Amino acid sequence: MKLKSRHLLGLKGMDRNEIEFIFDTALNFREVLERPIKKVPTLQGKTIVNLFFESSTRTRISFELAERRLSADVVNFSVSGSSVAKGETLKDTARNIEAMKIDMVVIRHSSPGAAMFLSRVLKSSIINAGDGTHEHPTQALLDMFTIKEKFGKIDGLKVCIVGDILHSRVALSNIFGLKTMGANVAVCGPRTLIPRDLEKLGVKVYYDINQAIRNSDVLNVLRIQLERQDRVFFPSIREYHLYFGITKERIEKNNREIIIMHPGPINRDVEISADVADGSQSLILQQVLNGVAVRMAVLYLLGTQN
Amino acid sequence: MKIKSKILDAESLERTLKRLAHEIIEKNRGISSLAIVGIKTRGEFLAKRILQLINSIENGNVLLGTLDITLYRDDIRQKRLEQPELKGTEINFDITDKDIVLVDDVLYTGRTVRAAMDELMDLGRPKTIQLAVLIDRGHRELPIRADYVGKNVPTSETEEVKVLLKECDNEDAVFIIEREFV
Repeated sequence: MKLKSRHLLGLKGMDRNEIEFIFDTALNFREVLERPIKKVPTLQGKTIVNLFFESSTRTRISFELAERRLSADVVNFSVSGSSVAKGETLKDTARNIEAMKIDMVVIRHSSPGAAMFLSRVLKSSIINAGDGTHEHPTQALLDMFTIKEKFGKIDGLKVCIVGDILHSRVALSNIFGLKTMGANVAVCGPRTLIPRDLEKLGVKVYYDINQAIRNSDVLNVLRIQLERQDRVFFPSIREYHLYFGITKERIEKNNREIIIMHPGPINRDVEISADVADGSQSLILQQVLNGVAVRMAVLYLLGTQN
Repeated sequence: MKIKSKILDAESLERTLKRLAHEIIEKNRGISSLAIVGIKTRGEFLAKRILQLINSIENGNVLLGTLDITLYRDDIRQKRLEQPELKGTEINFDITDKDIVLVDDVLYTGRTVRAAMDELMDLGRPKTIQLAVLIDRGHRELPIRADYVGKNVPTSETEEVKVLLKECDNEDAVFIIEREFV
């Protein structure tokens, strides 16, 4: 078995066997993360650059931990204080860094297609850590891995992604991945935040959160991305919470088991109430742990290819 | 693939494992701090069999683990067609202060054993690491030797030692075969 591409740009087009292969590999790294010495020598001598043109805490730390635990050499590049502030283009920045003999690039950028662009101008393996509103494949992989760990399968499960679907790369990657893995995918949110024609991807759309909760095994609750709202999509935060917030009351009224996930960072008491985020049905911290294992798996599989 | 000779059949393999089990008990003066760790894939099955023999001889309950050394291989960055699949390390006990007997089917260059020792060291600090192999075929590339050897088999580099086990190959036997170059 081998991944078809040298890059991980998105989950669109990745087949079921490849995703299962990543999950099987990630299970091994879960075991490594339980050891007293959580580090293996596998990527010794490989240099990985984390190119972050957009702020990120969780994803960057998760990638960096994964890289270090595989014994790779890690270089971090973030926009503030860099040559980008002086007007250098993405292509020039990337080419200059690659000239220093690196093997892989993990990139986060605000423009959709930035990772794809780098894969065309560089010789290194590229991993997309989020490109604008396009894809965030490792997040979707770790979400699905967490679902599989909980239920033993993904096939046939009803997964609903709640919130700002329009601006969300997490939603798009999850939709592609979950469809490939045989889940029944739905989304729920205000009409202004649901892209038109989403049903054409085979996704069910709910505009009523109670209806969504009744018909789901898993809710993947997205953060309301205040920084992406250059227009006003709903009247107020308070009103969003009132109509779409995942509250204990709504969960309990439902009377059947439901699992809550969130890619973080959480806006407490906006898209999800604090007691639900910290409750027993929440897998949020499990997602964070699995994030490191899944990223180790992706780095291992791409880093040992030729 | 041309079979040159059969080195062990099912019965002699069983007898060999019995002797190895006795030797392990003798050298460790019992089984009080003993643990058996098989190297995947065939070492795992041999380890299980040796464990059962030791347990029935000593009427004990020796710990068993399995090691997948893929992440520690020194050729992981070299060119190959298939990606080495991870099969999982399962050692569900603390190896610190244990006498660990590593089990593998064939000892050849010694590189697998080097990787296995490095992985064990990352899991704890065993009192001793010992090595038991079914076949020692020579041609070492590292300063490594086995403590328990089922059979020493002088081979040439163009030959291959093929260990077949019931658990994965439907029969117990060891063959020397001539490698064919395509």
